[in-house]
Amino acid sequence: MPHNTVAVVGAAETTELGVIPNLSQLGLHADAAINAMADCGLKPKDIDGIACAANETPVNLAHYLGITPTWIDGTSVGGCSFMIHVRHAAAAIESGLAKTILITHGESGKSRIGNPARAVHPQSLNGQFEQPFGPMGPPSMFTIPVLRYMKTYGVTEEQIAQVAVVQREWAAKNPRATFRTPITTADVLSSRMIAYPFRLLMCCLVTDGGGALILTSAERAKDFPTKPVYILGTGESAETPLVSQMEDFTSSRAFRVAGPTAFKEAGIAHKDVDHLMIYDAFAHLPIYGLEDLGFLPKGEAAAYIAGRNTAPGGPLPLNTNGGGLSYMHSGMYGMYALQESVRQMRGTAAAQIPDAKISVCHGVGGMFAASGTIIFSNQAP
Amino acid sequence: MATPGRALPQPTPETQFFWDGTKANQLLLQRCDECSKVYFPPRPFCPVCASRNVSVTKASGKGVLYSYVIHHRPVPGFTPPYAIAVVELAEGPRMMTNIVECEQTPQALVLDMPVEVVFEPQTDTITLPFFRPASTQSAKG
Repeated sequence: MPHNTVAVVGAAETTELGVIPNLSQLGLHADAAINAMADCGLKPKDIDGIACAANETPVNLAHYLGITPTWIDGTSVGGCSFMIHVRHAAAAIESGLAKTILITHGESGKSRIGNPARAVHPQSLNGQFEQPFGPMGPPSMFTIPVLRYMKTYGVTEEQIAQVAVVQREWAAKNPRATFRTPITTADVLSSRMIAYPFRLLMCCLVTDGGGALILTSAERAKDFPTKPVYILGTGESAETPLVSQMEDFTSSRAFRVAGPTAFKEAGIAHKDVDHLMIYDAFAHLPIYGLEDLGFLPKGEAAAYIAGRNTAPGGPLPLNTNGGGLSYMHSGMYGMYALQESVRQMRGTAAAQIPDAKISVCHGVGGMFAASGTIIFSNQAP
Repeated sequence: MATPGRALPQPTPETQFFWDGTKANQLLLQRCDECSKVYFPPRPFCPVCASRNVSVTKASGKGVLYSYVIHHRPVPGFTPPYAIAVVELAEGPRMMTNIVECEQTPQALVLDMPVEVVFEPQTDTITLPFFRPASTQSAKG
């Protein structure tokens, strides 16, 4: 049964994106939250539910923003936490636990003000069975399965580079994107090697920013000044904190659970999708996502992207804000993907897809550790 | 690759046997006595059927290079470029490791090439399991 009894009525990013030296991480959360409340004409007293992910807590945000919640959610499973917050918030509103829920994100990923570096504890599973072998953060871990994928399906470095090229084309249309200058496959393949086969331009940005969403019932949504964006379907899952222990290096189990769960709940088919966001911390993620969500058979997504099917003018517009590769990426990108889906459904995106009615927004957490999928529609239930 | 500064594991009660094993030059896995699943990393129950009836079993030390990256950025204890690899053991489980006694290049690091475990002491208590190209074509027998 579709979830379309709940809608997004408020949505905003931080006033600025990029390098923001004048706000702490908590301040970025608040800046986005205040912008989202202003977007839909609400005050803190109107909010009765609050969700956010590490390194803040819903307690911190309730206090800082002056909110008295009847529902809180601190789910923190990496960059898809916000998709999962939306899922939990929709269920909470449907079941009457809260009426108006604020989901916030702020991250001082570049300036690192009020954002402590997260160390891997040497007694953790990661600390014992991965960290001793020299990984240093996502660029050297998220990428480890990819050579196996490339060998299995005969995918080339040139095809992976094309993901970055196409997303830069989308970013070029977006005044808020960090990187807007067009790039070529040769540019990507001559950029600095980070973790073979991944080069700099196949890796996401590191920036500061934030975003916030406000959800309420579809019935109440009619009374708001903004165009309601309905939640049709949702999914979530988790696999492993250890990238070395993924069941299948060519596919994410968490994707294969979260995505189809959302499609089934929404009651839609892939051909119904007008707009797609797939969290792209690295250039291989849209490839895995297109296949694991069922848009394409295994092994075909790289050629599909290289064939310009997801580029401007193509049949399946993907990562239309420029994505984590070119728009912005503060560390946990999922909130920015959700914001672009909402803009596309409102008809206010910088690179607006004409007449788009259904948007799928798919997130990853950790290194293929977790996943969340949200399907939006701008059609009233 | 026993360079000072590398992050080292701290065993927990559930993993102590594994690190005692590497110190004694043995690669120890666990097998479920109920469903026969061989698994890694260590835990005192089967991740498939939740049985607590599990036994420690010595791995052959043979496997194949399953996937890797060659890291080009500085990390304490490492000299870039160096490969961060995943090996698939003959017994089935995969584990992260480094590949030693081998050029750290795409040409030398060929997926599915046979590898075998070697043990390199890091401290008095911690010995890490690394892998090198196998001396004979016996992996995945």
